[in-house]
Amino acid sequence: MRGMVVWTIGLTVASAQGTVPPHDNPYAGADIAYGATVYAAKCVTCHGAQGDAIGGVNLRSGTFRNAVIDRDLERFIRNGSPAGMPPFALNATDMAGILAYLRNMNAFDPATVKAGDETRGRAIVLGKGACTGCHRIDLDGSLVGPNLSDIGAARSAGSIQRSLLDPTSQMMPINRPVRVVTKDGTIINGRRLNEDTFTLQIIDDHERLHSLVKADLREFTIAKTSPMPSYKGKLSDEELGDVLAYLLSLKGR
Amino acid sequence: MIGRRPGLAWCVVSVIGVLSLRVHGQVTSDRLAAAPSEPQNWLTYSGNYSSTRYSPLNQITPANVKNLKLQWVYQSPVAGNWQTTPLVVDGMMYITQRLNDVVALDAATGRAFWIYRYTPAQDRVVCCGANNRGLAILGDTLFMGTLDAQLIAIDRRTGRVIWKTEVATTKSGYSITHAPLVVKNKVIVGVGGGEYGIRGFIAAYDVTTGREAWRFYTIPAPGEPGSETWERCPPESKSFCDPEAWKRGGGSIWMTGSYDPRLNLTYWGTGNVGPDYNGVQRPGDNLYTASVVALDADTGKLKWHYQFTPHDVYDYDSVQVPVLVDNWAGSRVNVVAWANRNGNFYALDRETGKFLLGKPFVKVNWMSEFDEHGRPKQTPQPEGQPTYPGNQGGTNWYSPSFSQRTRLFYVSAWEDYASIYLPATSQHKEGTMFEGGGQRNNSPVPGAPGLGRSPINTWTEAAGHGAVIALDPATGREKWKYTMTDVTDSGILTTGSDLLFTGGREGYFQALDARTGSLLWKTNLGAAINSGPISYRVGNRQYVSIVSGLSLFVFALDE
Repeated sequence: MRGMVVWTIGLTVASAQGTVPPHDNPYAGADIAYGATVYAAKCVTCHGAQGDAIGGVNLRSGTFRNAVIDRDLERFIRNGSPAGMPPFALNATDMAGILAYLRNMNAFDPATVKAGDETRGRAIVLGKGACTGCHRIDLDGSLVGPNLSDIGAARSAGSIQRSLLDPTSQMMPINRPVRVVTKDGTIINGRRLNEDTFTLQIIDDHERLHSLVKADLREFTIAKTSPMPSYKGKLSDEELGDVLAYLLSLKGR
Repeated sequence: MIGRRPGLAWCVVSVIGVLSLRVHGQVTSDRLAAAPSEPQNWLTYSGNYSSTRYSPLNQITPANVKNLKLQWVYQSPVAGNWQTTPLVVDGMMYITQRLNDVVALDAATGRAFWIYRYTPAQDRVVCCGANNRGLAILGDTLFMGTLDAQLIAIDRRTGRVIWKTEVATTKSGYSITHAPLVVKNKVIVGVGGGEYGIRGFIAAYDVTTGREAWRFYTIPAPGEPGSETWERCPPESKSFCDPEAWKRGGGSIWMTGSYDPRLNLTYWGTGNVGPDYNGVQRPGDNLYTASVVALDADTGKLKWHYQFTPHDVYDYDSVQVPVLVDNWAGSRVNVVAWANRNGNFYALDRETGKFLLGKPFVKVNWMSEFDEHGRPKQTPQPEGQPTYPGNQGGTNWYSPSFSQRTRLFYVSAWEDYASIYLPATSQHKEGTMFEGGGQRNNSPVPGAPGLGRSPINTWTEAAGHGAVIALDPATGREKWKYTMTDVTDSGILTTGSDLLFTGGREGYFQALDARTGSLLWKTNLGAAINSGPISYRVGNRQYVSIVSGLSLFVFALDE
């Protein structure tokens, strides 16, 4: 099932349907499409392919009596319903996906999206994409960039997809690159792991951990631009879809 | 005076300390009113009726604070955010711990005398954790409000229950999380539940019998003064409008009020309106939510009110501890000084409620200016745009401090912090969440970490940071600022030697110079600090205590 994940780079599901202009839909196409796979795995047995298999509940309407905003819907899914729905402990990726899908179920047409290939995606991540030059996946790769071993459980499909095209837009603030110069003139470049008023913990670009006292630093700069290159134009849409499918399969251990 | 002649003052207070230890006198109403004259004790949640969280003790000084040593630790067996402030009475310390335990400790050694355990009803509902912030005392009786909205009187010598009164019902979403306030022969409490569609109130109970003496509803019923601010729904409203919005109008009470014995007025801050974010379904100013109310302490009758955030749609609870400052701006006017969650600092005449000053202490964009009566001109931000300060406020419930010596008001603030509000219709169902939508942090990346985190600061400068800000209450101007990297939920203590103690999310417990804001001492206690420090004395030693994580830490100078 996980292999059936999608690519939707450059177009949204909604625009393919022509019902909702893409800039008005707050849900990323990648999330809607990924959510369709979550729905197929966890919800379809009871709610049915059309979302109307339970009397009085029509999921395709996209609006719900007890869940006006997504947070209500999320709470409902996590807690279950006294009427008989069991609670679902979904990870962040799956939750973002199912919310996006439920809000767009009516407009979504699986035929408009093409599934990415997880195996091909893995080959690109390890090969042509050179992702493990900076990122760790399980026991392979560099520690310099954020660890991707559970990226498919931590970030939404839409966020991972945008991250491949515009890395800075999706860089978590904690991951901002830092440059420090100690009082003795040593320059350290690295990624921030933690920071408080008096100290800073980083991993440098040689994979060494440092705990620094700010009072001992001559310079401390936090960059707002991600050092990760954009893959826009470097990988084809199909390749990007494959990479996304692979990254979404990384759920940690 | 203490500052000029420390030797003599020290001598006098030492004698009082020893005497009261020996006598173990009852805590009378007069003693509560004169709490500053017995600085060895900490008799109310905020240390005195003016709620200044100021201790006249001055053995620990800016010069020797670097020599502070850990004396003892009490570890709570119960996990979860611990927000209590202890009481200290003649060498005994009384604290609450989750869920609704009371523990009596030797204040010099931390050894326990007794533990009282109350198990609140299973069907209790609290929005934000099983919090309890402390106790009140009168005579030999301790008073605790519980998560299931009971008020319990406990014998301070034995830890046994004297009486128990139901203040409200859990079924409707009521709870009590704050420390009660004793005034004369009454114990005053209010109810939490502002996220559950309650109708808030403050009530007073007879200290001996537990019988209700008066009750003030923070939401007036139709026909009562203030009810006109719960306006009729427009006849052709396109969105849902609730014709009986007042019935679930919120106005919870979850922090302890203050008392002016001369005016016999008690001051309480009220919580958010219900539902929090969707103003369309409850047209009008929605009194007395997000307000301060001044009540006659004998009758509960409203003397005056001031609403900080009319028709609040930001969850700007105004439950902050009211700080009573005399001789405001060198005048003969006595004020309530107030750094509000909505980002403004206020001074209000505490006899009349007259608005004297309002000025932002952090970035504010939900309003632009005040009219002469202190009504803010509101400037709602376009949909999807950040509102400053954010949902947790420019400050929140963290105890501020005012020092008579420096004449400065100290507040724990969140700077550069905003939220994006997502209002939505909410239908009320008794005892369930009733928020009218939601909000999210203004952060550069959707899905960036929210409030709950520790010990890793994944929040970072991108979402805001903490600070202690020293304000001149006469002008609202910043005198100095101590900036932190992470935000802070800590209260603030100032002392008779111009020290300021405070904590923060990072787990540092720090001492600043109250005059300049410079850091004099710090220690890493290893977990977020969500309570306020206090100071007390046993024998000849001044102690400072603070709760960090699941532990209460007590510091003093080595003898």
